[in-house]
Amino acid sequence: MSDVLEKNSALDLSSMTVREVNRMLKDADNGDFDIYNPNGLHALACGLMKPISATIHGHVGYYCAGMNQHAVVTVTGNAGTGCAENMMSGLVRVKGDASQSAGATAHGGLLVIEGDASARCGISLKGADIVVGGSVGHMSAFMAQAGSLVVAGDAGEALGDSIYEAKLYVRGSVASLGTDCIEKTMTDKHKTALSGLLERAGMDIDVSEFKRYGSARELYNFKIDNAGSY
Amino acid sequence: MCGIVGLYMKTDKYAGDLGRLSALMLHEMRERGPDSAGFALYGEADSVDKMVLLSKTGETDWVHLAVRLTEATGLDVEQQPVWDHAVFRVAGDGLKARRWIIDNAPDVTVLSQGRSIEVFKGVGDPDQVAERFDLAGRSGTHAIAHTRMATESAVTTAGSHPFSTGADTCLVHNGSLSNHNRFRNVLRANGESFQTENDSEVAAGYLAWRMREGDNVDAALTNALKDLDGFYTFAIGTADGFAVLRDPIACKPAVIAETDDWVAMSSEFRAIATLPDVAHAEIWEPAPAQIYSWSHAA
Repeated sequence: MSDVLEKNSALDLSSMTVREVNRMLKDADNGDFDIYNPNGLHALACGLMKPISATIHGHVGYYCAGMNQHAVVTVTGNAGTGCAENMMSGLVRVKGDASQSAGATAHGGLLVIEGDASARCGISLKGADIVVGGSVGHMSAFMAQAGSLVVAGDAGEALGDSIYEAKLYVRGSVASLGTDCIEKTMTDKHKTALSGLLERAGMDIDVSEFKRYGSARELYNFKIDNAGSY
Repeated sequence: MCGIVGLYMKTDKYAGDLGRLSALMLHEMRERGPDSAGFALYGEADSVDKMVLLSKTGETDWVHLAVRLTEATGLDVEQQPVWDHAVFRVAGDGLKARRWIIDNAPDVTVLSQGRSIEVFKGVGDPDQVAERFDLAGRSGTHAIAHTRMATESAVTTAGSHPFSTGADTCLVHNGSLSNHNRFRNVLRANGESFQTENDSEVAAGYLAWRMREGDNVDAALTNALKDLDGFYTFAIGTADGFAVLRDPIACKPAVIAETDDWVAMSSEFRAIATLPDVAHAEIWEPAPAQIYSWSHAA
């Protein structure tokens, strides 16, 4: 299939189905693709496994670039629920806003949201990095296990509730911290890591403007004194 | 799941296209709610109250019902059947006519009552419901429509959205309320009458009650945030206004787009993508527990 595809192929969803577009993207070993007229359709550029580049011109629906491996997927508009959910590697960039559960359960790769992300950004994050240029909604990084969530704006209520070992960096205000999530010291090691993430995201922001949050590790073990609560 | 669409014209540029554009939006939401569908359409205020009635049996004798209504209430009534619905034009107190129908015509559900609003509903494919009642051919100032995937009560025409329990007020709902049984009793004690077991009808009744008590839409929704427990994205229509509210957890999706000429709301962007000049719209996801409202009166 890939030998019949030329680089810079244009795929138009006004004349192709989502399955046809996804099939062409999945069958390519490399190349740059431009996808037009997404108009909020679901599951675009899902399950890609090769180092291709796909730019979707417009707004996408649910689960865009889900399960991504190796591919670079760019959305020029907004993304619906579950953008880059369960991503394994690669880069997903949303130039507009992302709806809830962006980057949910993602294991690897980088998700950049240049605008705002709504509720539950990075829920159950398992190792991917998420950089949000704007703000995130409530319950972001809920039960996040590994990876990083960088928020250049503000965070909504219950940030990092029941968090494990994911690292959270927030530049603006935090409406409230979730259970077992606390502010932590920003060491040079963390500053270096944050600087690297911002650079990869293409955001020129001074790392000293951020605060770090993470797990107090108080929920890791059952406490016998609480037995009466169950 | 369920699908919501709402389209509110800020100018009269697309007023003639309101029905056509609403039908396109509804079409995009049919996968979210294939059980049943319905729409409320607001036109220019009529000189008399209109009631849209549904025959639950499909065999209601509308002429006979109109005669009985006139004999009992003294109100002059013109009736016009539309499929299994009928539009009754009532010269005089529309609320009185509504109450009489609910109390005396057990095979009939009052879908709406007011000078601007008309509500039509049906079970089955949303596109067919829209076609049956010529949604695409209608004009007006604003419309709210719904595709339903039932969770809380039976799939019936009467149980489809929108729900309207107050004059020119209606509500569509994506979600489920957990305290609707208690509130149905509270509202009954305050004079509201309910025609289904549906949780969303309770939310509509709640708004009708608050607005009868003197709340405007924003105040009624502020109270709703305190009183209604559960998951919801609501779209609300009034004679000259349109509002959107999501619960504080905001599990149920919503997106709003606005241009100089219109405001559109839907469960998903793909319904909004069909609208004219959408490329220049401001588009955002409504925040949890925040009331968004528009009014021609403001």
